[in-house]
Amino acid sequence: MTFTDYGFYVLCGTAIVLLATQAVLDPRTFFQVLDFGIADGAIYALVALGYTMVYGIIELINFAHGDIFTLSAVIGSAILGFFTVSENTFSLTEFVTLLLVFPVVMLMIGGINVTIERVAYRPLRNAPRLAPLITAIGMSFIVEGVMYLWHGSAIIHFPDLLPHGPGFQTYIGGVFFTFKDIFVIVAAVILVSLLAVFINASKLGKAMRATAQDRDAAQLMGIDINRTISATFFIGAVLAAAGGIIYGLYFNNLDYHLGFSVGLIAFTAAVFGGIGNIPGAALGGLLIGLVKAFSDNYVGSRWTHIIVFSILIAVLVFRPTGLLGMRVPEK
Amino acid sequence: MTDNLDDNILVLNNVTKRFGGLVAVDDVSLSIKRGEIFALIGPNGAGKTTLFNNVTGLFKPTSGHVILNGKDITGSKPHEVARLGIARTFQNIRLFDYMTCLDNVRVGRHVRMHSKLWDGLFKLPAERREEARVTEEAMELLRFVGIARQAHQYARNLPYGQQRRLEIARALATEPKLLLLDEPAAGFTPQEKVELMALVRKILDRGVTVWLIEHDMKVVMGISERIVVLDHGEKIAEGPPEEVRTDPRVIEAYLGKSA
Repeated sequence: MTFTDYGFYVLCGTAIVLLATQAVLDPRTFFQVLDFGIADGAIYALVALGYTMVYGIIELINFAHGDIFTLSAVIGSAILGFFTVSENTFSLTEFVTLLLVFPVVMLMIGGINVTIERVAYRPLRNAPRLAPLITAIGMSFIVEGVMYLWHGSAIIHFPDLLPHGPGFQTYIGGVFFTFKDIFVIVAAVILVSLLAVFINASKLGKAMRATAQDRDAAQLMGIDINRTISATFFIGAVLAAAGGIIYGLYFNNLDYHLGFSVGLIAFTAAVFGGIGNIPGAALGGLLIGLVKAFSDNYVGSRWTHIIVFSILIAVLVFRPTGLLGMRVPEK
Repeated sequence: MTDNLDDNILVLNNVTKRFGGLVAVDDVSLSIKRGEIFALIGPNGAGKTTLFNNVTGLFKPTSGHVILNGKDITGSKPHEVARLGIARTFQNIRLFDYMTCLDNVRVGRHVRMHSKLWDGLFKLPAERREEARVTEEAMELLRFVGIARQAHQYARNLPYGQQRRLEIARALATEPKLLLLDEPAAGFTPQEKVELMALVRKILDRGVTVWLIEHDMKVVMGISERIVVLDHGEKIAEGPPEEVRTDPRVIEAYLGKSA
C-alpha cells in the first residue's frame, strides 16, 4: 500500500466515523438525511452515467451533458403544458401523461445529443484531445443559451404530478418518507439495471465495450464505430433525460443554469467512481448524493459545494482511478 | 468457394500510399490466389503493415485499387471490409484486454449475426438461440486454436503466445475468406513457430486464404507458396520461396550492397 492509499483510507475512515457518531446520537435525523441523500444521489447517478459512458468510449468529457439534463426537464415541462393536468389529484390523466412524457422526452433528448456528437465532436475525432473539449464547452453554452432565450432567467415550474400530500407520505420509525422518494429510487434502480444488462449482454453493448478498448481492432471486427459512438451518446442522453424529468417531478423548480452545477457534481461523481467505469458512476452518484445531503444537514449548505469539489480534488490526488478503477470491469 | 471463375481472391492494382512527401507504398500490384498461403516480406519500414492497412480500410490508398473477389473495395470503411470477408491480426497484439477470451471471439461473430437491437433488449427466443449458437461457435474456434481452457480468462491475463492465438481465433470469427496475419510468429520460440505453421495450414484447410507478413525466414520459406518482397514501399521481387531467396535484389535489400 502506498502513502496515497493510506491518505484515501484515512479520509474515508474519518468521514464514516463522524457519520456513525451522528447515527448513534440522533438516528432519526440521520436516517431522514440518508433518505434525501439516496433520492438525490439516484438522480446524480443517472447523469453521471452519461459522462462516464462517453468518456469510456471516446475519452471526451462532454460538458454539454449537464445542460442536456436541464433541457430534458424544460422540454418535459413544456410538453406537460399541453395537457390539462392537476397537481392536486393523481388520476388516470396524470398517470397516462407521465407515461407519455418519459419516452417522448427521452427520445427527443437522445436525438439532440446524437446531433451534438455528429456536429461538434465527430469532425474532431482525430484532432488533439483538447479540441473536442473546447467544442463541448461551446455546446454547453449553446444549449444553455437556447433555454435562456426560451424562458429567460426565471424559475421554470415543473408540474408536481407525482402523488403527494396526505396518504402518500408516512412516518416509519420517526423518519418521514414520501411516495416521491420511493419513486425516484425505484426508477433509477430500474434504469441502471436495464443499462447493466444491456451493456453486458447485448450485441451493441459488446460493440461499445470493444470500441472503448481498441477502436481500430473493433472496426476490423466489423463494428461500425460511428454507429456505436452515436448509440453511446443516445443512451447517455436517454438516462440524463430520465434524470431530468425525475428531477423536475421531485423538486418542481429549475432554471436554465441548473445543468452547470448538476453537471459538475455528476462529473465529480463519475470521477469519484472511476471515470469510464459504469458501475462506478452509479456508485459515485449515490455517494455524492449522500455527501451532499449530509453536508447540507450537518455542516451547512453553504459549505456543500466546497465539500463536493474538495472530494473531487482529493480523489484526483489520492486515487486518480476512482473507487472502482477507470476501466470497465467484467462479470 | 470455387464458383467464382476468377481464381484471384485479392488483386492490388498500382496501390500507392503517400504521407505528405513520404511514399510509404509505391505503386504495388500483386494478386493472391484463392486457397494459397501468400507471404509479404521486407526489411523494417518497407511498408508492409501500411499495405495491410490500405487493404483493410484503416488507410485509404492515395491511388490504385484494391479488388476483392472481383469487386473494387478501395476506400471502404474497415467494418465494411470486415463484412466483405477480410480479417486480420496485428503486429503488436490488439485484443480487447478487459473482455474474456470467449467475448473477444463473440465480438468477431457478431458481424454474422442477424438479430436486431430490440431482440437483444427484450431477449426474444430467436435472439437467445442465436446467442447460444454464437457462444458454441466461439468455443469451437477457441478449441481450433488450442486455448479453449482459457475461455473465461481476461484476454490480458493470457501468456503472449496464447494472446496471438486468440487474435487469430477472433479474426476467424468474422468468417473471412482472406486472413491477413501481421508477423504472427514474432517473439515465438522455435517450438511455437512449428505449432503456428501447423495452425496456418489448418486455417487453409477451412477454406481461408492466408496472407502473412513475417520476418522469420524459416516460417516464411516453410509454409508460403509465393512471396512478394517490399523495400522502401516498392515491390522488388515476387515468386516461389526458392526463387526469392536467391534473388540478388532481395539479398541486397536485406544485407545492403556489397561495396
